[in-house]
Amino acid sequence: MELTVGPNQFFWKAEEWGALYQDLATAPVERLVLGELVCSKRLPFYQNAILPALETLVDAGKEVLLTSLALVTLKRERKMTAELAEAGVEVEINDLTALAHLPEGARFAVGPLVNVYNEGTLAWLATKGAKRVCLPPELPLASVETLVRAGQEMGLAVEVWGHGRVPLAISGRCYHARLHGRIKDNCLFACEDDPDGLEVDTTDGKPFLSMNGVQTLSDSCASMAYQIETLRDIGVSALRLSPQSVGFVETCGLYRRRLNGEIDADTLSDELVKVSGGMRLSDGFLTGERGADWSGKAA
Amino acid sequence: MVMEIVCPAGTPAALRAAVKAGAHTIYCGFADETNARNFPGLNFSRAEMAEGIAFAHARGAKVLVAINTYPRAGDESLWHAAVADAETAGADAVILADLGLLAYAAGNHPNLRRHLSVQAAAANADIINFYGAEFGVKRVVLPRVLSVPEIAAINKETEIETEVFVFGGLCVMAEGRCSLSSYATGLSPNMNGVCSPASHVDYVEDAGALSAKLGGYTIHAVGADEPAPYPTLCKGCFTAGEKTAHLFEDPVSLNAEHLIPQLAKAGVTALKIEGRQRSRSYVAQVVKNFRAAVEAVDQGRALPEGMLARLSEGQAVTTGAYKKTWR
Repeated sequence: MELTVGPNQFFWKAEEWGALYQDLATAPVERLVLGELVCSKRLPFYQNAILPALETLVDAGKEVLLTSLALVTLKRERKMTAELAEAGVEVEINDLTALAHLPEGARFAVGPLVNVYNEGTLAWLATKGAKRVCLPPELPLASVETLVRAGQEMGLAVEVWGHGRVPLAISGRCYHARLHGRIKDNCLFACEDDPDGLEVDTTDGKPFLSMNGVQTLSDSCASMAYQIETLRDIGVSALRLSPQSVGFVETCGLYRRRLNGEIDADTLSDELVKVSGGMRLSDGFLTGERGADWSGKAA
Repeated sequence: MVMEIVCPAGTPAALRAAVKAGAHTIYCGFADETNARNFPGLNFSRAEMAEGIAFAHARGAKVLVAINTYPRAGDESLWHAAVADAETAGADAVILADLGLLAYAAGNHPNLRRHLSVQAAAANADIINFYGAEFGVKRVVLPRVLSVPEIAAINKETEIETEVFVFGGLCVMAEGRCSLSSYATGLSPNMNGVCSPASHVDYVEDAGALSAKLGGYTIHAVGADEPAPYPTLCKGCFTAGEKTAHLFEDPVSLNAEHLIPQLAKAGVTALKIEGRQRSRSYVAQVVKNFRAAVEAVDQGRALPEGMLARLSEGQAVTTGAYKKTWR
């Protein structure tokens, strides 16, 4: 199985954004998806760092793709999305609007925020030129298995959400702005202070969700630590690792060692918690009753 | 032209009540997981659908069948059968969200009119026109993330009809792109046609407080003698940083009746009322009000005084994203 680094979901300063990809140039991952997924207002702050990062990664032998935005509404966002198709880099569509702009027959990838729940959708995307699909994180194992098999017949690689806070929802409203008594158009970039999202707890103190501007994620970090063998056996082509601000390069290395059989699931999950500074883990969407469940040992 | 009122019906009785109350169009679904209001005791058998459509057609009303969940891998035949059965029953259109199902319907039932469900969250003219070109979609239900000027701009760039929600439950997140419910309960709108399902709700009384929990997560806590709102996840009270509040949305529902003249000017074809889970008397009351309002707007008269507030959830209403400051 390969490792794909998904687009950074959070708002980081340009130097930190660039530094991550410098470090990842030597990390044991095959593929990286760069660009802004969540909020078009963030992009100008690190836009100039994207091309150098892309060049560094390509020189290091990595496959690099550019993501579309997850929700395209404004004129400026439509323009951004149309321009993606002209960048000369393979696009990962995370809103179907990006597909509407791709030239007929262009090769593209499909990200986890496009609703791919069944073989019919997979087949339609394949006829349009999709070569790789990262499935929505909420899919159970039975669906993943069916889709991997269908994908193999269509020459389409299927990837699953392997590690990271799970993107659960996208909205027209900015929750970070709302939290600070502002509106989205005058947000003053409140999300910048939370490089892994802002923890949202229940009123009785249970960590639950994470706020990231217009996006809502899980508090827990999904990890397929205990599902590696199952996913490999059913033919999943890659695991997607989603960037976090602490210990991410180490995290990539740990997953590689797990894939190589050098460490077991218990060791991987223990180490993931350590290098991240104490994240909570979940894998319930794939095998549990509900997304928040964790099949590993209690923390 | 008078704007079309598109009204929900969870039961054959609600369909008949809505038609009699003056709904131009009714939308409903089959009693299974193919539709996004898959609640116990709701929705239509095949025979009820055919009878309901005949009843509506005899009175000049149309019926749209919502098949707007995302078919489960390995079980697409259930959704394919729903499309075929909607056509057989005489439906005026099907409301679809899934790409695979749209392709199936366009290929196998080309004469059955296709509407794009709000669950597809098509939020700009480029993607709406793409759905039109790819699947022959004739109408799109717009997601609740757009302001009125944005809706007007979309209508200037597309020939495809637009339908917008004006009353009832309000999704805060882009529809069809939310798995908050399955994170907490395992059941989601996309896969199961439910959100924050009652099967996973518990009310727990502790030390004079009543907590409404969903999947074990406290969504609201109120004093024991206060009314406890239903624990819809995105309208819960949570803590972030120093603040405890309804961080995503207050427990409000949508009422855009005062925006009808602006929505008409924006080129909207149809106004949609949410609530297939509602009673027939509720449906009839809402339809009467909105029918009177769209006729007043068409004739250039002032809107009738608002009668709908008391029908709204918990009395609190919002116009949602239609006003840009909501964001």
